[in-house]
Amino acid sequence: MQKYSALSLLKNAFSGHRHWQPAWRKAEPKPAYDAIIVGGGGHGLSTAYYLAKEHGLTNIVVLEKGWLGSGNIGRNTTIVRSNYMLPDNNRFYEWSMKLWEGLSLDLNYNVMFSQRGVLNLAHTPAQLDDYARRGNSMRLEGIDAELLGPSEIAALVPGLDLSGSARFPVVGGLLQPRAGTARHDAVAWGYARAADARGVDIVENCEVTGFLREGERIVGVTTTRGEIRAPKVGVAVAGSTSQVLALAGVSRLPIESHVLQAFVSEPVKPILDGVVTFGAGHLYISQSDKGGLVFGGDIDKYNSYAQRGNLPVVEHVMSEVTAMLPFVSRLRLLRNWGGIMDMSMDGSPIIAPGPLPGLYLNAGWCYGGFKATPASGWCFAWTMAKDEPHPLNAPFTLDRFRNGASIDERGAGPYPKMH
Amino acid sequence: MRIDCPCCGPRGVAEFSYGGDGTLRRPDLATREAEPFSAYVYDRENPRGPHVELWHHIAGCRHWLRVTRNTLTHEILGVEMAGRFAGDAARIEGQGA
Ligand SMILES: Cc1cc2nc3c(=O)[nH]c(=O)nc-3n(C[C@H](O)[C@H](O)[C@H](O)COP(=O)(O)OP(=O)(O)OC[C@H]3O[C@@H](n4cnc5c(N)ncnc54)[C@H](O)[C@@H]3O)c2cc1C
Ligand SMILES: [Zn+2]
Repeated sequence: MQKYSALSLLKNAFSGHRHWQPAWRKAEPKPAYDAIIVGGGGHGLSTAYYLAKEHGLTNIVVLEKGWLGSGNIGRNTTIVRSNYMLPDNNRFYEWSMKLWEGLSLDLNYNVMFSQRGVLNLAHTPAQLDDYARRGNSMRLEGIDAELLGPSEIAALVPGLDLSGSARFPVVGGLLQPRAGTARHDAVAWGYARAADARGVDIVENCEVTGFLREGERIVGVTTTRGEIRAPKVGVAVAGSTSQVLALAGVSRLPIESHVLQAFVSEPVKPILDGVVTFGAGHLYISQSDKGGLVFGGDIDKYNSYAQRGNLPVVEHVMSEVTAMLPFVSRLRLLRNWGGIMDMSMDGSPIIAPGPLPGLYLNAGWCYGGFKATPASGWCFAWTMAKDEPHPLNAPFTLDRFRNGASIDERGAGPYPKMH
Repeated sequence: MRIDCPCCGPRGVAEFSYGGDGTLRRPDLATREAEPFSAYVYDRENPRGPHVELWHHIAGCRHWLRVTRNTLTHEILGVEMAGRFAGDAARIEGQGA
């Protein structure tokens, strides 16, 4: 791997940028590997990287049906945080945060991780009490959390409507200073490049179309580019989880696929420093380095694989953003798109061996899988290498639903559209 | 997306609330095993393509509807009333929606 540095940038500048190497090889699939990872999104790629780096498994392959970054890893609003309430979630997402903090150096790739803070606004005293409780729960796990009053918020976010006459007056907020954003494409490319450098094959335009079995056991896959065998097959295909597992004969899962839309405004000068969320609805917004405001709200709330949503949600999100930050009403919307979310029945993910021998499952990421990318890959790699979960992902089993051990952060019950 | 309500006519999706998979049947209450209940509450087929699902016309007639919709294209393939007013095809003796 050609190492990136200030010096390499300078050298290449003087030679007209003609000598950069591709970031990863276009590998041809081999007939057999020690492990196969289905899905070249953030989670599949990070799993491959940590399998190679932490467990010395380098004879492995990532199979992606499209091109790298074509799924949710390239469609999200890039927010990274570990501000949960339930201890299982906090421990997992805080481990992810720690991996994020060293990620650019570890990968030798600038993922533009920017710890600009995530501020959740509270609009009623009860909501502020709830945030205080969540902040305490975070601090008990050693995670940074600060409860802010309106004057501190005014200094932090100048464009907010903090007047008493606001439709939903702001009474305070919960800030996680170490939270922030990262460049989503760079995360996919950085993991791909670093995994490739350790010998991992990354095969794009290669769709898994079936599974090879010996009795109950999964021993490989059939693909649009031929059969590939391996004693371990990990599936990390986000919104396509039900389809891919159906190929293995697992026809029902505690997952529904829903569409989530995102929006970007025309670029403007710096106005929003951190990430802010609106507490009277569901809205999260930040400003990208290019100047566009990047924001999103709720899923459309019906099963969908369309990668585009409907107008009522667009209207709803626009009304929220203009209620919170009135100046946004004068901006033009540049782009809008959708991604297919693997919504689980309790809003928490699944990282577990099974459901068949030789198979490993990584799914159920809901709105929150981008921030999980490092820890998800790290834990999934551990699970695949050792055939048992790491303590950090041990609670995220597939059979927790059946056993009554669901991890329902919002207390919303078994309704995927509510998580 | 518009749903052609048998009671009210074609209405925008914002008038409706989604009720999820419309093929699920609650196990008989006399069932003692946990497994059928857990499957009913948690397990979904989640198809890419035609999906039979429930919608509640919450800002209209308030009937529950059983809608067949393509989850890949959002095309609506059929709408009928659910529950007590269901047509013979969807009706299951002695059960609600
Ligand atoms: C609009 C939007 C906003 C979001 N905002 C945030 C946010 O701010 N913060 C946050 O933490 N999370 C966010 N998320 C969630 C996050 O993006 C996802 O949870 C996460 O990216 C999912 O994991 P992934 O990257 O591996 O998925 P993907 O990138 O979707 O990867 C799955 C891959 O599997 C491939 N695949 C599918 N079927 C097959 C097959 N048969 N064979 C081979 N390959 C296959 C797909 O092509 C795809 O590339 C957002 C998501 C969306 C859609
Ligand atoms: Zn009606």
